Amino acid sequence: MLLSIKGLQAFIGQFHILQGVDLEVREGEVVVLLGRNGAGKTTTLRCIMGLVSSSAIEYCGQNIAGLPPYKIAAQGISLVPEDQGIFSTLTVAENMRVALRGSAREGQKNLDFVMSVFPDLKQAWHHKAGGLSGGQKQMLAIARGLINKNKLIMLDEPSKGLAPVLVNELGRVLQEIKSYTSILLVEQNFAFSKKIGDKFSILSDGKTIMAGLMADLIKDTEAQQKYLGVSTQ
Amino acid sequence: MDIFLILTINGLATGLLLFMMACGLSIIFGLMGIMNFAHGVFFVIGAYASTWTYALTGSFAVAMLAGIAAGAAIGWLTEITIIRPVYKNPIGQILITLGAFIVINELIKMIWGPNVIASPTPDLLQGEVNILGASISIYRIFIIVFSCLVALVVQLALTKTRLGMIVRAGVENAEMVNILGVNVRRVFALVFILGTGLAALGGTMIGPTMGQIGPFLSSQYLLLGFIVVVIGGMGSFIGSMVAGIIVGLANNYIIWLYPPAAMPLNIILMSVILLVKPTGLMGIKEAV
Repeated sequence: MLLSIKGLQAFIGQFHILQGVDLEVREGEVVVLLGRNGAGKTTTLRCIMGLVSSSAIEYCGQNIAGLPPYKIAAQGISLVPEDQGIFSTLTVAENMRVALRGSAREGQKNLDFVMSVFPDLKQAWHHKAGGLSGGQKQMLAIARGLINKNKLIMLDEPSKGLAPVLVNELGRVLQEIKSYTSILLVEQNFAFSKKIGDKFSILSDGKTIMAGLMADLIKDTEAQQKYLGVSTQ
Repeated sequence: MDIFLILTINGLATGLLLFMMACGLSIIFGLMGIMNFAHGVFFVIGAYASTWTYALTGSFAVAMLAGIAAGAAIGWLTEITIIRPVYKNPIGQILITLGAFIVINELIKMIWGPNVIASPTPDLLQGEVNILGASISIYRIFIIVFSCLVALVVQLALTKTRLGMIVRAGVENAEMVNILGVNVRRVFALVFILGTGLAALGGTMIGPTMGQIGPFLSSQYLLLGFIVVVIGGMGSFIGSMVAGIIVGLANNYIIWLYPPAAMPLNIILMSVILLVKPTGLMGIKEAV
């Protein structure tokens, strides 16, 4: 078991945001966190990254709750936040360099892989990231998450703002990196998440209300309608 | 014409010293969100440490090294004792850094006395050269050349090294830098020490331009430093250089024309630039 969370509790200020989130991610799995806006999906990711203090989070058999984010990152967890967190005054190359832990030479192989996936970034390599289009910024944010050999990559709404053709491409990339890393995905786009997810977990008001295999959820149109508001047509 | 040249050279020298003082203030604010009201005293620490060392050793190079070392060391102490506990407390930052400003300034008065002390120009840099009919002080030319070299080194470090990239990235979004696996706190501390060291280095050169130094320098240069930061833009290194030069030149011209107008001019300059460009000349964050 790579990541195991039971009854996760978290407060932001005086608000009890998470009141019992259960989540399990095994090696090589893609787990999708589903739920409506404000259900606590992003906060769950921020807790795992150490940005919000929370109850125990077991990662590789150890509790990582309470560690600062940079130490959690060093253990092989990366987060691509919803707002992308691009450094707009830095060039694309510099954004990648900041993200790369360790020496530039070691990173070259990963960099070649990432660039083969997102050739657009290669063209904009020496441009300021602030001048990129919305889709390119999203690609850069994801590329930064992939540059290190991580064990767990958390993506918050990666398909947001991407053209349909790029969403397909993103799906293909995520399938490819599954071989060496697990993925925890927050996604509103159910059509996209059902294609790449192995498992799902649905949050509502800060609690896990349903979890299981994605294949089962795809068949369960009633649950889709009830918890996700997905029209079944 | 010759008076114009003299004023310009003097203004450039003053401006570059202001820049050395202000660039640390600007980057510390941009990166850590900390308004360091104590920053002015590091300039004065540099001035006193170097004047004292120069009187003792007779070597200006050693005096400058002593100044920067004293500034960086006291900066480091300040960071771990009073800045670290108030990282997430903006009101606390203002009170504690303002308090540190007063305490360190009074300590300086206790050690060296409240009166000005003489700060002679080093022998090697004494005298004047004739440029286009104007006699220009060699010492001012030294300040200009040396400050530009320091600026170049810092600029190269900011643009070419990973640490520099991290600092620039952190000015924009410190949390994301942390997410990417960088210990931002350690970078903060390092930048704080470098910033106070640079302010002290600026301070080591101020004495000989006036022939004397005194505790009054800290408040005078802190105020000018803030004006430079606001004009240049929070967190912008090049911005504080441009702004330092603008303020330095404007002050020297106006003091020759009509001395009482100097401070009002600075305020007007700052207001106009904020009205036209609220982020300052080269800043990415709004100052007010």
